[in-house]
Formats: sequence, structure tokens, C-alpha cells
Amino acid sequence: MEMHFDQHISRQFNEDLESIKTEMLEMGGLVARQVADAVDALSNADSELAEKVLRAEEEIDKREMALDEHATLIIAKRQPAASDLRMVMSVTRIARDLERIGDEASKVAKMAIALTDEGSSPRGYTEIRHIANAVRKMLNDALDAYTRFDVIAAMRTLTEDEKVDMDYRTAVRELITYMMEDPRSISRVINVLWILRSLERIGDHAKNICEQVVYLVEGADIRHGHEDKLKTK
Amino acid sequence: MDTMTLDAAGQTAASQPESAEREAVDTNTSKTVGKPFCDDAKMRMRNVNVFYGETQAIHDISLDIGCNEVVAMIGPSGCGKSTFLRCLNRMNDTIEDCRVEGELTLDGEPIYGQKVDVVPLRARVGMVFQKPNPFPKSIYENVAYGPKIHGIARRRAELDEIVENSLRRAGLWNEVKDRLDQPGTGLSGGQQQRLCIARAIAVSPEVILMDEPCSALDPIATARIEELINELRENYTIAIVTHSMQQAARVSQRTAYFHLGRLVEVNDTETVFTNPQHELTEAYITGRFG
Repeated sequence: MEMHFDQHISRQFNEDLESIKTEMLEMGGLVARQVADAVDALSNADSELAEKVLRAEEEIDKREMALDEHATLIIAKRQPAASDLRMVMSVTRIARDLERIGDEASKVAKMAIALTDEGSSPRGYTEIRHIANAVRKMLNDALDAYTRFDVIAAMRTLTEDEKVDMDYRTAVRELITYMMEDPRSISRVINVLWILRSLERIGDHAKNICEQVVYLVEGADIRHGHEDKLKTK
Repeated sequence: MDTMTLDAAGQTAASQPESAEREAVDTNTSKTVGKPFCDDAKMRMRNVNVFYGETQAIHDISLDIGCNEVVAMIGPSGCGKSTFLRCLNRMNDTIEDCRVEGELTLDGEPIYGQKVDVVPLRARVGMVFQKPNPFPKSIYENVAYGPKIHGIARRRAELDEIVENSLRRAGLWNEVKDRLDQPGTGLSGGQQQRLCIARAIAVSPEVILMDEPCSALDPIATARIEELINELRENYTIAIVTHSMQQAARVSQRTAYFHLGRLVEVNDTETVFTNPQHELTEAYITGRFG
């Protein structure tokens, strides 16, 4: 079934739904920027940029709360059903994931400041860059898929998470070996591990967003490994 | 998804994969999407066509109403849902020019059989209307009337018991027990409607048909009636026509969507309101241009 959120008899309802979707996508853009800035701050040892990421977190929290409030109002006023209801539910769920991604970006920014202050050879940075690129792409693709109600793109992006998880485990193993060889590096490398962990979590949240695209368009809840509920395609 | 399609011959067929089925949905055919049938059907309707003179009001509708089930019928005005409901206890007989075709059975027995007497039929299949319509008699007489004419109660004590039980089950007893001799028309709208429900259940029907029973009531009276429908389901089979989609969502187990005299979709109520399979259903319940 095609998605039409602009054909309600009530024009106000069209506008309400359009507006929460836009708010969510704007929030997504901000969060994607946060992730990019946090990773750049780390790569370029740019503490100032990292501080900027930390300051911007408040804005993202505010947006999550605003979105929740708007969604609650729509439910109270319109009692949405079917695709409208799924739209409202998916937007609030995605907002929650986006807020969590924002938190992870802040963690990366904090670690970037700590590592920049210590300032020595950047062990594990290659892995960080690699995984960061992968999860940033996942996040952008997930939001794109939502914009276009594109289930196929969402499913494709969703499977990317397995690769990220595998890369993460490989990187962790390598870094553990490195710490065993050079115990003086442990405190530094643990910070790098935290960053990898945050990036891996961002991948999980991007996956959740993809699941909400499927829920919105197909009405199938495929979370927690229930991909079988999606029989089509 | 466990969907069934209904082919022209009115038989169930395991559906195609969902994607194929969705593409196959054509708004101009009489194919019903979803689950029109159930295993323990109390009433079975097959290929029902209804005409008012030359005009066809119902096109080839097949539907089961299961035991202890509430089936909600929704759809825009003029879609045929009330007409269909009225076929179920032959209320359409009173309309001149109205012709009903197809197979309609109650417990396997044809409703439109030549030998069927509509009076006992309507005792088995009771009806509650949109506007509360108590008789201009006392509250007691309103409920006692049916059992009397159907010869269900012979002695006064039996009748008293039926009246009390019916009023209790309709959730009205405590409000009226001290004024049973006062006119039923003196009650509030919500109370009158519950009185009509008590009157309907006094003759121990098996099926209760409700035609927008709450459209003239305030939200509190509506909530009472909905609560009552939920309780009555344990003992009766209920078919309800409603314009309130929230009401259909709250009280029914299955929801049937009618459009221009056709049955477009029947599904578990949950499915209809979260993920309807037909785009006309979706358009209607979400308030889009249909």
C-alpha cells in the first residue's frame, strides 16, 4: 500500500503529521552532524570541535522532548489509526534512538578530548575511522529510507549492522592483544575501546530506525530478530 | 499474514503471497479481503444481494458471525451496512420492494425459508436501534412485554425474575428497581437505550443486532453501553453497526468494512485498525479522501 499522509479530509491533520515527520528528520540531521563532528574531533585532535559537540547535546534532548509532546497531542486530538498511527509511533521511537545516538556522539567527543590531552601515538584509529564511516553511512541511509518510505533500502541498511558488529569484535580482539603486549598502553587503549563501543551502538540504533521504516510501511514489527514477519519482498 | 480471500463462488482459498494479494486488490471487484469466515459460525451469510426495487444495495456479500463474537460493521453512510444488518432478522421484510437473495442461515437453518415465522426468528435474533425506542409503558412492562407475548413466562413470579435479570444484565437494575412502574420514556437517553437492551435480552435471544446504539448518547452513557456489550458477548453473538471507529475498535473482535454495497475487508479488529489490508479501509479509518 502506498503511503499518503497528505490526503486527509482534515488539512490540519496533514500538517500535523507532516510536521512531526519533518521535526524528526531535522533532529536526525543534527544527530548525524554530531556523530561526524565527534569523529572528526578525534581524528584531527580538535578539542574545540569536541566541546562544540558536547554543547549541542542539550539541543537534541530538547528536540526529543518537543517531538514526544507533539506526538502525544496528535494522539489526543486525532486518535490516529492504521498508517497514521504507525507514523506517530515510529517517529517517537526513532526520536528515542536519535537521542541515544546523540549520547554516544557525546561520549566519543569526551574521549576525543581525553585522548587529545594525552596526545601520543593513535593506536586503533584506523579501526575507529573504518567503523565510524560505516555507521555514519548506516544512519544517513536509514533516515533516507524513512524519508522515501523505502522498505528495500531499509532492509539493505539493516543488514549492514552485522558487518559493523563483526568489525567491532575484530578490532576489540586486536586491541586486547596489543594491551597484553604493552601494558603501559592499557588506559589509552581502553578509551579507544569505549569509542569503538559507542560507534557500534550507533550502528544498532541506525538498525532500529530501519526497523521502524518497515513498521511504518508494512505494519510488521520485525524488532528483536522477527524479520520473518516481513513476508513481502 | 494469515489472510484469506473470498473468490466469486464464496469459498475460502488460501491467499497468494501478500505482495501478490495486495497488487490484486481491485476496488471494483466484490472480492473481500481478510477473514470473512470463522469456524464456529452462529450466522452464515453467503452471496447475499439486496435490492430496493431496481436499485441494488448489497452486492454479493459473504460473512460469518461467530459464536460469542462481536462483529463491528463500519463504512460511510449509504454503504449498505445497516441494510445488511437488517437482513439478519428480516427487518427488511417490512420494506416494500426490498428483495433479499442469497443464503442466510442461523445455526445452519435458513432465515428466509418459506416456513420460517419471523416472530420467533426475531426473538432469537434481537435488535437494538439507533434511537432508544421504549414502549410508552412502564419500565417493567417494557421488559416483560416480549416474554409475555412469546409465552416464555407464565406466572407473575417468573416474569418478575426475567425482568430483574434482564435489567441487571443491562446494568440498569440499580437505577430503576424502585420505580419499575414509572414510564420507560421518563428515563435518560442512556438509560432508555439500556432499557431497550434489557428488552431485547428478556426473550433470551441468541444474536443481538445493534444499529448505531450509541449515536444518540453522551460519552458516559456510551461507555456504559460498550461495557455492557463486552459483558453480553459471553452469552450472545453480537453484530453492531457503528459510525464511531473508536467504538468498533473497542468493542469488536472482528471488523467488517463496507463500501458502496460491497464488503471490502473483514479482519481481526486489531489488524483493521493498525494495518488494514485494503486501501479503501485505510482511507476510511484514517479519514482520507476515499
